[in-house]
Amino acid sequence: MVSPSPEAVATAVVLFAAMAAYAVFAGADFGGGIWDLLAGGAERGAEPRAAVDASVTPVWEGNQVWIVYGFVIVWTGFPAAFAAVMTALFAPLCLSLLGLFFRGIGFSFRHEAERPAMKRLSGALFAASSLVTPFFLGTVIGAVADGGVPVRPTGNVLAAWTSPVALVTGFLFVAACAYIGAVYLVGDCDRRGEPDMVRYFSRRAVVSGLVTGVIAAVNLALMRTSTPYVFHRLFGPALPLVVLSVAAGAAALVLVLARRTVLLRVTAALAVVSVIGAWGWAQYPWLLPGVLDLRTGSAPRAALLAELVVAALAVLLVVPSFSYLYWLQQHSRLQESPPSEGLRQAVEAQQRAETPAPAAPRPAGRGERFAAGAVLAAAAVRLAVETLTRRRARAGGPRARRTSAPPRTRPPGNGE
Amino acid sequence: MIVHQLYAAGAVPARTQMGASLGFHIIYACFGIAFPTAVLYAHWRGLRRADAAALLLARRWSKVMAVIFAVGAVSGTVLSYELGLLWPGLMGRFGAAYGVPFSVEGIWFFVEAIFTSIYLYGWRRMSPWWHWWAGTPMVLSGVLGAWSVVAANSWMNQPSGFTLRDGRVASVDPWAVIFNRASAYEVPHMVLAAYMVTGFTVAGVYAVGLLRGRWDRYHRLGFLIPFVMGAVCAPAQVVVGDVAARAIAEQQPVKFAAMELVPQTGTHVTEWLGGIWVNGEVAFGIGVPYLDSILVGFSPDTEVVGWNSVPPDLRPPLPSMLHVAFDVMVAVGMALLALGAWLGWHWRFRRALPRTRWFLVPAAVAGIAAVLAMECGWIVTEVGRQPWTVYGVLLTRDAVTPAAGVPVTLAVVLVVYFVLTGVTIGLPWLMSLRWRKERPGGPGESRGPGGPGGPDGRQRPAPGGHEPSAPEAPW
Repeated sequence: MVSPSPEAVATAVVLFAAMAAYAVFAGADFGGGIWDLLAGGAERGAEPRAAVDASVTPVWEGNQVWIVYGFVIVWTGFPAAFAAVMTALFAPLCLSLLGLFFRGIGFSFRHEAERPAMKRLSGALFAASSLVTPFFLGTVIGAVADGGVPVRPTGNVLAAWTSPVALVTGFLFVAACAYIGAVYLVGDCDRRGEPDMVRYFSRRAVVSGLVTGVIAAVNLALMRTSTPYVFHRLFGPALPLVVLSVAAGAAALVLVLARRTVLLRVTAALAVVSVIGAWGWAQYPWLLPGVLDLRTGSAPRAALLAELVVAALAVLLVVPSFSYLYWLQQHSRLQESPPSEGLRQAVEAQQRAETPAPAAPRPAGRGERFAAGAVLAAAAVRLAVETLTRRRARAGGPRARRTSAPPRTRPPGNGE
Repeated sequence: MIVHQLYAAGAVPARTQMGASLGFHIIYACFGIAFPTAVLYAHWRGLRRADAAALLLARRWSKVMAVIFAVGAVSGTVLSYELGLLWPGLMGRFGAAYGVPFSVEGIWFFVEAIFTSIYLYGWRRMSPWWHWWAGTPMVLSGVLGAWSVVAANSWMNQPSGFTLRDGRVASVDPWAVIFNRASAYEVPHMVLAAYMVTGFTVAGVYAVGLLRGRWDRYHRLGFLIPFVMGAVCAPAQVVVGDVAARAIAEQQPVKFAAMELVPQTGTHVTEWLGGIWVNGEVAFGIGVPYLDSILVGFSPDTEVVGWNSVPPDLRPPLPSMLHVAFDVMVAVGMALLALGAWLGWHWRFRRALPRTRWFLVPAAVAGIAAVLAMECGWIVTEVGRQPWTVYGVLLTRDAVTPAAGVPVTLAVVLVVYFVLTGVTIGLPWLMSLRWRKERPGGPGESRGPGGPGGPDGRQRPAPGGHEPSAPEAPW
């Protein structure tokens, strides 16, 4: 096999970096939503929900952009694969999109809604869609890794994303999001000085970490028969990454119990990133295993170079911005601004000081009425003349009975 | 053959879905592009002149801005999905070229999202000027993001920067893709439109307040800042639009023919104001002889290409709709220009807002009119490009997805955007209710001496005690 061009490989690396960033940042936000969903009744769940809210609110929007960026890389760098995936996996992609949509809506309303029923509804929307989106995105990734996507699909390929591997990958994504979300929440609650919540999310981090490990093992076992190529590379060239992931995951479990929150985040993120890297390296050089590889599926060189330049731009602009955002968030500089009582009083004082103005606008003066009337009359006359002359010019033509009013609003000579 | 027919049939729901999504998204996008400027201006005024009303406006606007940005971000994500879901034929074949401007846009989207969050949640804990500066990237990234996205769209109208081999893109020149010929006028036209839509819409809200008698500094500032922002752009927009139309006459003559109802190529072409195309002639329109030729080439002898120059299946559908949309856009643009000039005139000589209803009522609906004009312009651009997805290169029927289920997603998308619209209107409305409730009468009321600023404040003309009789104050 001819090896793919370095630009194509570099673009693929950028793509996986974007996916890893999405998993680590947005994945944690999804995880927050999942724990929100599982927090129980309004009373019991109030405290964890508040913790989730404080952690996720300022950052989720920026995190969400990673998926758009990932899409853009795929369609520019690997257009054929993009078209195939989007056609074959139309259904799960639409469902994940619906999840993203309801998440945004739920989030927007949740902070503005005042009635409890409304609050609960928007909270439920946010939480439920945090479950739906990672699941269906997981089935998409699973379907691709499983080799279920043909090069030129003629429509939906149901079998691709309902294969055991794809479905298990969906559950794996949900579990991994819950895990990474819980881990981050442990750190955030520790920083905010909420020991109860630290314990609360520590327990959940351990449980979800174990569940994630079990699902991952099941998935590996399934891949052995369904995707031998990927499976063998996972235990071949990609083995170091797999080992790193397992080691980091195990270390994170220990660190949770030891309450080493900073190190904990790093190791948990490392576990997720390395598993994504392992998948990418195991699938190399295939974009769609077995049918489309990097060499035949890549865009022309200049387009790939443009992607790399954009990626460099992202490193220059986006990474510092993100760091700043997270720095502010970690230092509690970002929070919802409460109603600005002092400012409002200042405005009132200012308005009392200023001479009051007449409350109602003055009705139109005689001159203005006259002017407007004149304009209308002129337009009407013009219209009548035009209609009459034209009707005479071509008798039997469509009857120009009522003309709308363009000449009034549109002075002739401005046809552009 | 059957497949071909299915494709043709499928293109209608897909086009409707794409059209509906874009038609809504473009409104949210306008606020994403232009609202930060208004917010930061108010904020700057508030800080610089210790103006509490301006500061309060900035703070409240920033919340509205965040809601609209969130909705716009969701809707933008929907769109990036849809490009692939609905048009694999476009993305699979031309993604390498078409995707380049979108990748650049991804960066600006990031920057805008991040700094919107910082700005929105940084009101209390950051130092005031530092916080103000943290908002400025929103303005820049909004404009640059618009530039990238519109460059992608104008590339569809004037594709350049790639070579085809066997129907596939063989090489790409990213610069030529981004700086295609149409981007030179489409980008400024859209950015100015965004500023006008945002300015006039926000001003419209406060114009309603002014009409209801809330004639205080808070409302006057809330009206003037965005209104001036929109009005300043209006003259520039007319010039850019004029240039754009002439460029389209040259670059996409068939689109221009449909816009101006020109069936036959010829000289001394009549310009139709209004009118629709029925039974082979223009009905209900007012014709100005020779004007179309003059507008295209400054001389009655200029030849204007008619749509009969291409076979029927390569002509844009619905020329009447294109023409009316074009005329409505121009008419509204002119009306907005006049409205802005009115304020300028009045300000120049009286240093005050015009108080007459003849000004305030049109000002209150100017936002809706601006949105209408923008949608019309968008229809002209996009429907006028049909039947091509990439002008002269890729037909829409070859770009659409073969996947079944588009009618279903179309229905879902319509519901989705219905909800999104509800959110964008409903949430700011809820907020404004809460702001007024923060104290009876709220800062929005001009509380006359002893006037009951109670719940009636929100309703029609204030009682007599509410009408102070002092001379009008500036601002």
